[in-house]
Amino acid sequence: MPDQFLFATEVFINGLMSGVLYALVALGFVLIYKASGIFNYAQGVMALFAAMTLVGIMNGQVPFSHIINAVFGTDIHHFGWHVPAFLAILLTVGVMVLFAWLVQRLVMRHLVGQEPIILFMATIGLAYFLEGVSDLMWGSEIKKLDIGLPQGGSFWIEDMTAGLGSDNFYGFFIDNLDMVATVVAALLVTGLVLFSQYTKQGRAMRAVADDHQAALSVGISLNFIWVLVWSVAGFVALVAGIMWGTKSGVQFSLSLIALKALPVLMLGGFTSIPGAIVGGLIIGVGEKMFEFAIGPMVGGATENWFAYVLALLFLVFRPQGLFGEKIIERV
Amino acid sequence: MKDMQDGYTTADGRKIGGVVMEMKNITLRFGGVVAIKDISFDIREGEIRAIIGPNGAGKSSMLNVISGFYVPSEGEVWYRGEKRPQLSPYKVAQQGIARTFQNIALFEGMSVLDNVMTGRLGHMKSGLFAQALWKGKAEAEEVVNREVAEKVIDFLEIQHIRKTPVGRLPYGLKKRVELARALAAEPKLLLLDEPMAGMNVEEKEDMSRFILDVNDEFGTTIALIEHDMGVVMDLSDRVVVMDYGKKIGDGTPDEVRNNQQVIDAYLGVSND
Repeated sequence: MPDQFLFATEVFINGLMSGVLYALVALGFVLIYKASGIFNYAQGVMALFAAMTLVGIMNGQVPFSHIINAVFGTDIHHFGWHVPAFLAILLTVGVMVLFAWLVQRLVMRHLVGQEPIILFMATIGLAYFLEGVSDLMWGSEIKKLDIGLPQGGSFWIEDMTAGLGSDNFYGFFIDNLDMVATVVAALLVTGLVLFSQYTKQGRAMRAVADDHQAALSVGISLNFIWVLVWSVAGFVALVAGIMWGTKSGVQFSLSLIALKALPVLMLGGFTSIPGAIVGGLIIGVGEKMFEFAIGPMVGGATENWFAYVLALLFLVFRPQGLFGEKIIERV
Repeated sequence: MKDMQDGYTTADGRKIGGVVMEMKNITLRFGGVVAIKDISFDIREGEIRAIIGPNGAGKSSMLNVISGFYVPSEGEVWYRGEKRPQLSPYKVAQQGIARTFQNIALFEGMSVLDNVMTGRLGHMKSGLFAQALWKGKAEAEEVVNREVAEKVIDFLEIQHIRKTPVGRLPYGLKKRVELARALAAEPKLLLLDEPMAGMNVEEKEDMSRFILDVNDEFGTTIALIEHDMGVVMDLSDRVVVMDYGKKIGDGTPDEVRNNQQVIDAYLGVSND
């Protein structure tokens, strides 16, 4: 097989895998948008907050230690224990559920029926608030997140595939973490689909996403469903936070992955879960392949803008996205 | 007839029971507009009670008060012998009051069966974790509720569209699915907001038949709103007539038909 083709295949596979991570972030947006019509700007910060909380709990860090020390004149920073990853993840899920409940209780329930732009502004406020709280709680330094996921290239795959090309081809380089992320994302999406299709709460969730009035009329509490949806979005944020945090450290820039999710949503549509996944994969593969094929001709760094240009094209020619609900204007 | 504490017997020999729902001096204001003005009436167990009146008379507002979507500015709602506190609409639904909407509020993206199953949500008691893990009780519960849903689907003759997404159905069938969803809840009181609006004669006849059958078969208490006089008179046991937010008549279809105020309202005679 010609080497050029093998290189392209490698780029394609890696593109798919980074696409999975984009899809994970986009999924959080879709869940909340579908159920409540809120575009949750804070989704990226939620991923950051979840990852910071996880690291903090694992390391036995004392939350808000700076404030506590300043007020009481103490000097405590750590409890002096380490929490195993699995337990820490469970506790973090608990924190995200509590966060969902607080958001609903203190912010969103007072804004029911407001214009979408107002709800959007509220989530911007929420994003900055949560960012501040994360820093106060766990400190703003870059943290290492290691819950024992394998990292680095898979030698096994490299050795297996090395023989496919000429001597210049050393085999496919595929990151172990990316493979784990793919499997986890697949499980997560399967779980979400099963939950929404076959359980009482899932059915209620779909009902609320479809029509608020009708949902009320069959006895569904909108508040409960919204807390549930924000909790699920918080869980998705945690998974995304773990994957990205393991890859590049837990730091402020983690919250910017939300910006990468925007073009994914333009492609996939804001209301479609399969759309978020396919959109993520297209953006992932698209930007890697474009960089591979066209990048060298224009001096590289196309990954920075490719996704946004693609999204812009979609906005012009297919504003509802690939799977979004058709926009039919009645006159 | 109205003096009877324990109900009455209809012309066709059906026994009507005690009061299920009583509206006492209900007034509803939106800012300066008075939608309902000091209206009282009751709904008795097993009867078909109609609220009629010209457009803008406040019929839908009244239905929204009963179902908790609107909170009355003044007056009391008594349900099954107790004064009802101010409740969110979903809590009212959980108390056994199901409704349909004038402009149809269905879950368009879901299949007919799924829509009808949402009507069963109030009867499913197992918790979030049992549901998520899909174990024992939750599964048994799903089976039982599925049976009720299928029975309602059979009853309303919509088996052939069970798996169709509701968004694809024609208007008349959507109305029937909405009725099925409300019925699946096995309500103690069923509220129908203009069940025949926008239907052709044939569809109206079908719908009338279903309403009568539901009442007959399950003994469901029904309160409905309609502005088509002919249909209402054939269907209902007792009729409340509203005009400009006020009650201008209440009684059997015959009594109402001969009420001068009602005749004036429908013929557009000014009565101030």
